[in-house]
Amino acid sequence: MTAATPAKPVARGSGARDWFGQHRSISVILGMAIVTSLLPLIVTLPPLNGFNAQRVWIDSFADAGIFVLLALGLNVVVGLAGLLDLGYAAFFAIGAYTYAFSASAFTGQHIPFWPMLIVGALVAAVCGLLLGAPTLRLRGDYLAIVTLGFGEIVPILFRNADFTNSGGPNLTNGTNGIPGIDRPTLPVIQVGDFKVLNIVFNAANPLSYYITMAVIITIVLILVYRLQDSRLGRAWQAIREDELAAASNGVNTVTSKLLAFALGATTSGFAGVFGASKLVFVSPDQFGFTVSFTILAMVVLGGMGNSIGVATGAFSIFVFQRVFLPQLTNFFKEFHVPILSDINFIEYQFLLYGLALVGMMLLRPQGMFPSRQRARELHTAEPDALEPSPEGLDSEGTLA
Amino acid sequence: MSEQLVATLTQQFFNALTIGGIYALIALGYTMVYGIIQLINFAHGEIFMVGAFVAMTFLVGIGLHGAIADPLVLIVVLVAAFLVVMPINGLLGVGIERFAYRPLRNAPRLAPLITAIGISFILQNLVYIWQGPSPVTFPQLLSPQVRFSVLGASVSWISVLIVVVTAILLIGLQLFIGRTRLGRAMRATAQDREAAQLMGVNINTTIALTFFIGSGLAAAAGIVYGLYFGTIAFNIGFIAGLKAFTAAVLGGIGNTTGAVLGGFMIGFIEVISTQLGLAVWAHAIVFAVLVVVLVFRPSGLLGTPIGERA
Repeated sequence: MTAATPAKPVARGSGARDWFGQHRSISVILGMAIVTSLLPLIVTLPPLNGFNAQRVWIDSFADAGIFVLLALGLNVVVGLAGLLDLGYAAFFAIGAYTYAFSASAFTGQHIPFWPMLIVGALVAAVCGLLLGAPTLRLRGDYLAIVTLGFGEIVPILFRNADFTNSGGPNLTNGTNGIPGIDRPTLPVIQVGDFKVLNIVFNAANPLSYYITMAVIITIVLILVYRLQDSRLGRAWQAIREDELAAASNGVNTVTSKLLAFALGATTSGFAGVFGASKLVFVSPDQFGFTVSFTILAMVVLGGMGNSIGVATGAFSIFVFQRVFLPQLTNFFKEFHVPILSDINFIEYQFLLYGLALVGMMLLRPQGMFPSRQRARELHTAEPDALEPSPEGLDSEGTLA
Repeated sequence: MSEQLVATLTQQFFNALTIGGIYALIALGYTMVYGIIQLINFAHGEIFMVGAFVAMTFLVGIGLHGAIADPLVLIVVLVAAFLVVMPINGLLGVGIERFAYRPLRNAPRLAPLITAIGISFILQNLVYIWQGPSPVTFPQLLSPQVRFSVLGASVSWISVLIVVVTAILLIGLQLFIGRTRLGRAMRATAQDREAAQLMGVNINTTIALTFFIGSGLAAAAGIVYGLYFGTIAFNIGFIAGLKAFTAAVLGGIGNTTGAVLGGFMIGFIEVISTQLGLAVWAHAIVFAVLVVVLVFRPSGLLGTPIGERA
């Protein structure tokens, strides 16, 4: 917090890096466009086409997008503002159930997907504010345990809010969950009888989900980057580094933390609505602590504070668990490898995440794709890290 | 009618004491570790769970499956179980501290918290792999059918046993912290680590000792849990840990007497909500208590200013 120098493009290496650093939104759009169009093509090449058909791959990628979105949201809370939220899946559940209530046969409502995407996110944000307002004044580790409790309570609420046995209304259909949720629809654009554009969302056509997800992620990424460099973003980072110092310098810590919490919840709400519309089913079991834990592992592994790193981490972990772990299990079974063929690797995924979390914290707390600034903070044990090094003022941040 | 009410109340009173004793034993571990290094040891609930499994393995290993009729033999077996299982679990706690928490002692707060979550998942999944997902029978050394009558209620001797064990351990702990040299070192370290070090307290040993005692008490809770409920599973640590933490906060985190008081209060809150027909909401009610306490009285019932303990 010693030098709040405005970012000056430091001439170094290639000019391209600086250009992308300054035109971040354009870079994000370009990058996402390239990645989004390349992914479906890459999987048709060997050896990836041996794992799954292209359609299955695209379907997995769309699901991975849900977790990328969740991880980006949690990164705002954990990575930028430094608040440990262990009940993040609760907001995911709230978004999903909001859409399920407003667009399924269960309630008889059929409100279209697109406005509900916003409404679901807003509902999650309001819940974030309601939870955050009393608890964000607490010290960080208390917040962790309160959010842990909240994450535990929300699924219990959805599981038990079926009062038919006691003569009351059935609000959530209990453990059975709500099936038959509407899929998104888009108007068919046609000229005469010729359908110019007819985008259909269904299980046979995951490409439309995939592209929708890519667009949502692009928007969220741009927003997060712009927020990160804003006054609010700098306030978050100041709070993360030293809350007392930030407060003494006139940062309204409670409001800033509350906004981080609400924005994280909003992103989670988006993911919830999208997830419900893709799976067309919600049940309380989809939102347990393991989900919050997985998202946290994604954020930590990707590199807290670095959105691109977190997105990459989330994507890799999801594809790893969805595609490679089952394949590994099948592979060893097929070839009757002794000992290994009896192992169901999917059962080991949380053990792996746990080991990864501990290992990362001990050996490389900044994550695989670190934010430079965060890396320096997390290595405070080394005395030279306390001094901003000349390299500290890089093109990435305005605050060193 | 009123006789039946008295019977129900007595019955539930003993239930609450039993459950509360278990929470109190777990809560002590949270509060001691928090008092000394200001870390919420998220893995503590899992340490309790591992303790229950170690005890089960030990008892089955020495060939005990069913009830023991002779009270003298029963007492010997129980004492042996506590003496074997508590140190084993204590060493587990010390090992976790040594390899996962000590390297991060000067790191930002977030780092050890995330590590603790990771450890908790590692322990839970190791037991899952070891014992599988379904609940495992814990040897019923004292059959729940062995009961006595008081005020019209039929109370299992297990409840009495648990209350007695809890009481012995709690009094022992208070004496240890209050009267011994090592206990004084723990209090000094909790109050001001650097000053204690300057006065010749070995900080690393003292912190390791705290983890040893806390994890040992969690193992005792695990034994008691197994005896009372009859089955244990790999996932019992999570909710029990959350509730015990609530107990620790309710009593005033860092305060050992408070943790015990909080544990019994959570036991009563849970039993009362079950009695009122709100069993499925019991978790939610305990959690609501946690939020209310944290918001209105973050220092807890017996709260001392931060940094002081017991």
